Amino acid sequence: MKTFALAGNPNCGKTTLFNALTGSTAHVGNWPGVTVDKREGVYKGGAEKVAIIDLPGIYSLSPYTPEEVISRNYILDEKPYGIINIVDATNLERNLYLTTQLLEMDVPVIVALNMMDEVEKVGDKIDVAALERAVGVPVVAISALRKKGIKELMDRAIALRAERRGSTVLGGALAPKIERARQFFEAGGVASPLFHAVKMLEGDEIELKHDGAKELYTEISAGQDMEAAVADERYKYISAHFSTAKNKKEKSALTKSDKADKVLTHRIWGLPIFAVILFAIFHLTFAEDLFYINTIYSAANGGNGLPTFADMGYGTLGDSEIYENFGIALAACFYDGAVFSPGVILTNLFNLLLNYINYGIGLGVEAAGAAEWAASLINDGIVGGITAVLGFLPQILTLFLFFSILEDTGYMARVAFILDRIFRRFGLSGRAFMPMIMGFGCSLPAMINTRTLADDNERTATIRVIPFFSCGAKLPILTAIAGGMCELFGLPSVELITFCMYVLGIVTAIICVIVMRATTMRGAVPPFIMELPAYHIPGFKNLMLHLWDKTKHFVKKAFTIIFVSTVLIWFLQSFRWNWTYIGADDMGESILASVGQLIQPLFTPLGFGSQLGSYGWVFAVAAITGLIAKENVISTFTVLAAMLVAGFEGTEDGIGEAVVMIEATGMTPAACIAFIMFNMTTIPCFAAVATAKAELPAGKFGGTLVFWLVTSYLVGTAIYTVGEWWWTIFIWLAVAVAAAAVIILHNTGKIKLPSFKAKRKS
Amino acid sequence: MTKLLSDFAVGQRGRITKVNGDGAIRRRLFDMGVTPGADVMLRKKAPLGDPLEVNLRGYELTLRKVEAACVEVEV
Repeated sequence: MKTFALAGNPNCGKTTLFNALTGSTAHVGNWPGVTVDKREGVYKGGAEKVAIIDLPGIYSLSPYTPEEVISRNYILDEKPYGIINIVDATNLERNLYLTTQLLEMDVPVIVALNMMDEVEKVGDKIDVAALERAVGVPVVAISALRKKGIKELMDRAIALRAERRGSTVLGGALAPKIERARQFFEAGGVASPLFHAVKMLEGDEIELKHDGAKELYTEISAGQDMEAAVADERYKYISAHFSTAKNKKEKSALTKSDKADKVLTHRIWGLPIFAVILFAIFHLTFAEDLFYINTIYSAANGGNGLPTFADMGYGTLGDSEIYENFGIALAACFYDGAVFSPGVILTNLFNLLLNYINYGIGLGVEAAGAAEWAASLINDGIVGGITAVLGFLPQILTLFLFFSILEDTGYMARVAFILDRIFRRFGLSGRAFMPMIMGFGCSLPAMINTRTLADDNERTATIRVIPFFSCGAKLPILTAIAGGMCELFGLPSVELITFCMYVLGIVTAIICVIVMRATTMRGAVPPFIMELPAYHIPGFKNLMLHLWDKTKHFVKKAFTIIFVSTVLIWFLQSFRWNWTYIGADDMGESILASVGQLIQPLFTPLGFGSQLGSYGWVFAVAAITGLIAKENVISTFTVLAAMLVAGFEGTEDGIGEAVVMIEATGMTPAACIAFIMFNMTTIPCFAAVATAKAELPAGKFGGTLVFWLVTSYLVGTAIYTVGEWWWTIFIWLAVAVAAAAVIILHNTGKIKLPSFKAKRKS
Repeated sequence: MTKLLSDFAVGQRGRITKVNGDGAIRRRLFDMGVTPGADVMLRKKAPLGDPLEVNLRGYELTLRKVEAACVEVEV
């Protein structure tokens, strides 16, 4: 099967063409060693089947970004049958810059001139035949979006002659120099000698590593700035022959895109508009009181809100009721005392479906007459664990849909533009904002979204702090314990405590980023030189494909690691050391409980360790079960509270549980806060851990787990000690100042820390 | 008169004469079409005054002031 590689600039319609060519045959993986999407598929519409490889979007073949290195190595080493170079006809000049480089390689090339319909719409013309004559390879006008010209493109691609020698547009004074370098590489038996020759003249690091190349480079360049000369010559050639840019701009002074941009990146209104858009997205995804209808209604009615189904006499919709009263259960997915947002409605519907499936499986297990432990393994361990993770899916997808729309319309690039100034202070670029803010919803899409960050160190630092932006699943821990604290210690407001915890999480994230960028994740602030694509309305089909890609990714990657770990934890909490099964209610005898007792002293500096006496291990156990999903912390509380107080019934918000636990163990307020912060900043749920493993650059995963453990331990200890003994704040400050001084002195070269250097992995 | 792109006022136009800066940044600028001879116009500044948005070769490019300071322009 012939293989064709798709190459082109970002935003030139490459993905659209790839989808049009390969349809459902496409599958996505990663390029070896880096997390850049590797998409492959099969085109079946021609005389023969051909494989299509989608190379990452690139502007050039310089070896400075992972995308460019991947594309270059793929073409040179894997030797595809041919390259389909997609060129955005509305942006011909810059797009052809890449084309002139591709043509220098010894590989058949065909140019797909995309978005010709757009060019014609504004009244411009591009002479396809003239372009074809000039570049010396076939040029086909297409519209990837409307699927026009694709058959012709592929027919001509398949008919390409298998051999092609590289050709260059560079002439004039450069020609003899290039020829000398070309002969050098040809004599050395290197494939694509012309390509290597030109790259060497540009002072390309990779090429200069060849034997004798450096000497030749010094001789040929003779101190001249060859890099500028080559780039200049390429653009000169292009603009002399194909410049459509000029007349286009003068014809229509203000396009629709320009008008939208004027508002969205306005000097004063740009930031507030962005804040409103962001709020709307979160509201539509997570709000349980859409547009605050219920809040407004109850304010107008003297505090009486809209009735819930329980108020209407249907009883609380517990697990057993939903099977008896399907109509109400279904209705309650949309409304129950308040209208839900689309994201919440989808979650409810999906969870209702999962409930039925679980119920069915439960009945099946019962009918099969499985042993008690086997039934628990299937129901609580496997099905329960997977449900906990899959339950996230609808909201992740909703959030992704909104962010994909922002991405596809071109607004996301403007957000980076607006916010870059703020983020540079912390050593990040404006692009790091989106993943961080997404973390408030769920860490998983947030971590996947870090793919837009170009720099590996910036990416690692961002992924590591994402869990500190407290996600939706951590909120119940916050409200339950804060509620318990208010009840026991007479504190005024749950909301205030919760809010402070969120702020504390953000502060921790900022400090960690600054420290990381100064130590292990060092590196200059990555340059911020990027295209701001024209705004356009995203295509529905592309959006859906986008979403499907990400869902597949999530489900596949998350499943393996989550499955194993949930079963493991189920086993630990359901069995005694002598391998006998215990019911879920006697967790106190389980292996997990003794592990909890074992590690309990570790939490002493955080205030929920040895000082809590014989029941203190419950907090250690809750922290461990929180690894499956942070929701488990509170459900573990319920089980444990029932163990501490006979006849205890769980409460819906978990506050009752928190009260019982705090009272029984005698935890102090400082320890409660330390416990919250520990859970907020420690290793996140397994789903997030699995995603982090998939998204982090190679070799950074182990360090990330250590980072989470150390940070949460330090934060918890600091909060507890300062809360108990206020003067310890001076010790913490002194240590912080000393650490900062050492880092600064080390980074400015004033002192040397040999051991520190040795520890750095990169 | 030669002026650095970072010192441009919004709406000002010029023709690039020279691109300075270290290897990677300079290469990136070249690859994005910021080469001697190209016409450039400062379209706008971000709400906080930095980065900048310029129009060149028929498209919009954003870059920071520090990077724009590598670009010498004849106005």
